[in-house]
Amino acid sequence: MIKNISNLGDAALYCDFGNDVNREINLNVIQFFKNIKKSNIPGITNITPSYNKLIISFDLSITSFDKIKTEVEQLNFKNEIVNLGNLIKIPVCCDNDFALDIKRLEKLLNLEKEEIYKKFFSKKYYCYMTGFIAGMPFLGDLDDSLYARRLDTPRVKVPKNSIGLTEQFCNIYTFESPGGWNIIGKTPLDIFDNKNNTSPNLINPGDTISFFQISKSEFEKKYD
Amino acid sequence: MTENYFEVLRPGINSTFQDNGRKNFYHIGIPFSGAMDNRNFVIANAISNNKKNSPVIEFALQGPKLRYKGDKVYFNVTGDVNFQILRKNKIEEGVCYQNLVLENNDCLDLISTNRSVYGYLSINASFKIDFYLDSCSVNTKAEIGANNGKILQKNQIIKIENITKKYSSNKLDYIVSKIENIRVIKGPHFDYFSETAKELFFKEKFRITKLTDRMGIRLDGPKIENIKYTNIKSEGLVKGTIQITADGDPIVMLSDHGTIGGYPKIGVVISADYDKLVQIPPGSKIKFKEINLKDAETIYKLYEMETRNLISKIK
Repeated sequence: MIKNISNLGDAALYCDFGNDVNREINLNVIQFFKNIKKSNIPGITNITPSYNKLIISFDLSITSFDKIKTEVEQLNFKNEIVNLGNLIKIPVCCDNDFALDIKRLEKLLNLEKEEIYKKFFSKKYYCYMTGFIAGMPFLGDLDDSLYARRLDTPRVKVPKNSIGLTEQFCNIYTFESPGGWNIIGKTPLDIFDNKNNTSPNLINPGDTISFFQISKSEFEKKYD
Repeated sequence: MTENYFEVLRPGINSTFQDNGRKNFYHIGIPFSGAMDNRNFVIANAISNNKKNSPVIEFALQGPKLRYKGDKVYFNVTGDVNFQILRKNKIEEGVCYQNLVLENNDCLDLISTNRSVYGYLSINASFKIDFYLDSCSVNTKAEIGANNGKILQKNQIIKIENITKKYSSNKLDYIVSKIENIRVIKGPHFDYFSETAKELFFKEKFRITKLTDRMGIRLDGPKIENIKYTNIKSEGLVKGTIQITADGDPIVMLSDHGTIGGYPKIGVVISADYDKLVQIPPGSKIKFKEINLKDAETIYKLYEMETRNLISKIK
């Protein structure tokens, strides 16, 4: 549960759930996020869950740190960790044209690429948070034999829809963006749909993701 | 019915449609966006007699040059902007903070901002543009908002509708004061930095570099030495957050910032100083001044009073 609430500037609360990164702490963060969203406290303008912190932004012309802090502390939530998210299946093509860093990973992890993919596709991943760029999911945890550090020099442009790995996490680049994660493939699905005016995100915090491998021809078919 | 529109002869450096932004989407990676200098945005709409949150065109440093076609329309420009209206037989020097007229075939040339960054163009009419998640604000990184999420493009057409026929000679005498001191509340990772670094942060000047846009400001100055962790587990950010990169340089998050980040937060710029901070042009130097939460809240009340006061002086 929350260890401490402090102010982040004059228009946000910084709720600290601890320093560890694990599913249990993150489920607390997401549960709290959903409860606050439901409570409709006047003046709250944004709530940002992450691994182990929750930031609540508010409109300083309507309310203040002390008021929101008291209101948040007084909320009496049942500590029910229920079914939070959906299970989402994501196709990934690992053709050499898309798996930009597979050779680097083979060396770094001392594994053949077949083993890397076998380990990667056999696990389900949990979405800790989305953000940085619109819709980007931060997923975990990888099998510990796949832990790899970031690229020494980040790419200036990671292609849109690339799947990247670093440390215990994987993510999907929802837009072409600079980045230093190890790229192992690409999905034909649009994870963030900027034409969708109601729920542009395919993956939300708390969801579970399973990846499955597709061939280049299947990838190209889905792209049409 | 005639069609009324602007033709973009020159798009300017970074001209976008903005209103006061979109709320409640940080958790899916979408920042507020919205007009960078909120006070000048609010005043522009007040001079136009528009609703408070009406879309405007925001421009940075060099603005757009627009040819107008259609029925007579009134407009105003806010900020510290050097502009001209090219009429049939004469060139008229523009004056900020007052309603002016554009007639068929007139050109509005928003040449540049003076010792500032952002200027605003508001019309006594509405731009025919798309809204996304309740806001027209363009976020070019997520490709959302009006104009397909893009900055203005050369030769494009901006359609205009609902022109107000009645002229109001609205005008405001206002000179934007420039500041050098930016007030900051200490952040959650303030103690990650050495005693010397903490002292330098509030004592020395930092230069605003050219790596500055609607997403953030990168500062150049004495290196801020981290004695704990140069990276943290990624967590949420807010407008005005000052992070220190692994190289020891401060970066300030602005309206289009990434919603989460992994650098320690040394402080956050107070809400009342945000409008002034974003207007300080690259190459200038700023100094951070420490302030506590209570004082920041009081200063914000004063900031709001001052804005209301300015609006009441429009006549």
